[in-house]
Amino acid sequence: MAEAEESPGDPGTASSRPLMRDLKAVGKKFMHVLYPRKSNTLLRDWDLWGPLILCVTLALMLQRDSVDSEKDGGPQFAEVFVIVWFGAVTITLNSKLLGGNISFFQSLCVLGYCILPLTVALLICRLVLLADPGPVNFMVRLFVVIVMFAWSIVASTAFLADSQPPNRRALAVYPVFLFYFVISWMILTFTPQ
Amino acid sequence: MTTTAAPAGGARNGAGPEWGGFEENIQGGGSAVIDMENMDDTSGSSFEDMGELHQRLREEEVDADAADAAAAEEEDGEFLGMKGFKGQLSRQVADQMWQAGKRQASRAFSLYANIDILRPYFDVEPVQVRSRLLESMIPIKMVNFPQKIAGELYGPLMLVFTLVAILLHGMKTSDTIIREGTLMGTAIGTCFGYWLGVSSFIYFLAYLCNAQITMLQMLALLGYGLFGHCIVLFITYNIHLHALFYLFWLLVGGLSTLRMVAVLVSRTVGPTQRLLLCGTLAALHMLFLLYLHFAYHKVVEGILDTLEGPNIPPIQRVPRDIPAVLAAARLPTTILNATAKAVAVTLQSH
Repeated sequence: MAEAEESPGDPGTASSRPLMRDLKAVGKKFMHVLYPRKSNTLLRDWDLWGPLILCVTLALMLQRDSVDSEKDGGPQFAEVFVIVWFGAVTITLNSKLLGGNISFFQSLCVLGYCILPLTVALLICRLVLLADPGPVNFMVRLFVVIVMFAWSIVASTAFLADSQPPNRRALAVYPVFLFYFVISWMILTFTPQ
Repeated sequence: MTTTAAPAGGARNGAGPEWGGFEENIQGGGSAVIDMENMDDTSGSSFEDMGELHQRLREEEVDADAADAAAAEEEDGEFLGMKGFKGQLSRQVADQMWQAGKRQASRAFSLYANIDILRPYFDVEPVQVRSRLLESMIPIKMVNFPQKIAGELYGPLMLVFTLVAILLHGMKTSDTIIREGTLMGTAIGTCFGYWLGVSSFIYFLAYLCNAQITMLQMLALLGYGLFGHCIVLFITYNIHLHALFYLFWLLVGGLSTLRMVAVLVSRTVGPTQRLLLCGTLAALHMLFLLYLHFAYHKVVEGILDTLEGPNIPPIQRVPRDIPAVLAAARLPTTILNATAKAVAVTLQSH
């Protein structure tokens, strides 16, 4: 976490590590992602709890419900995890190599938090899939995923764009686009049976 | 140096707020003086001490003067008390250990963890990337003198990732269930394997044929050559006409291959060598596009295919899941991996 650590030897303060404070910080960052405007809250007090929660939620929900049916499909938990984290690491390295002045963990934090709209899209898709399948079903899901995909990109660009030299923003944003595209594709093609 | 350093370091024990962070790490006491007696290390010095001492020394090096040193010596005599000479000797040893360790660690760090090694290869502008993408489709006729290859890695890397994304997008998503994880791994492995593997192979051939090309240039050349592949696959995954694919394969694939071949020819001497090098590259590049369109699709359809019988095609990665086998075996299906399922199904069918 970004705040100073208390030493474990200190009597009296170790037991009262404020969990609510951390949860509130995470919730505040979620709000910043949902209503993106130019602020550096995500950058200044970065933390990786939010990305972890979102990644675990995403990976759990992309599991299949019933495992012994004929049409087995649905990514394994580890695959989603690996894709999200290695994708984020790759984008961070790329933006640093292009001359960005953002730190490694700040970038991971922003990319992880901006998965929130896509997680919401996944929840909506699962609700929509409870209805009967058909082309309308697919179109609704497609629309929702596209909207949330655009939202993710706008949110992450709002935070990351300032850290890049102005003439290279497109170079830094393109891999973010690919990353969220792959996650959106995983969400769109998920059909539990 | 170290003997004067030690008393100078000792003087800073009384320097108040600078030692605040340090003392908490050790004992959590409230005094500004390091209580040497309470440490486990009976010589009176410790590794962390040396680190802190060096840090303080570096920060206050410019401020050191004779008066400071003179005053420090008195304080030091008082402070060390009985430890005196023995403490100083062991402190010197710890000091040297610290120096050596720090040198080694920073050397290792600067060698392996320094991404600045790669920084020059990412020094591009969007305009340059765009112009290089367009140039990768235009074969140049002048083969008499070596043509310039831009040694950058951003464009090729992004093209490989784009190819991965296009391969994933091209999977049929309408009715069939897809095992996204397996497809993802296959797509990434195929694209990166091609880029890195064929680059290395052609670089090796170029070494044999005395061609003037470096590994970085080969990576960049082949990476930009994938632009044609991206275009063809993007179009033909959305419009499924075989005739259209063959046309694009020849036109677009051919153009990007011709460009790479022209660059290589301009850098190689001798007809045999040129033929060998360029023939290999052209064959691999065109065949890869063919493979991506046809065979990759087949592999994928083998994965996507629903149950039709107990036979498992050899290229299929995910065996057909027959619930009867698993129910009979009374094994929880979650712990069976793909191999175990394949074995179970094979046994069942025999």
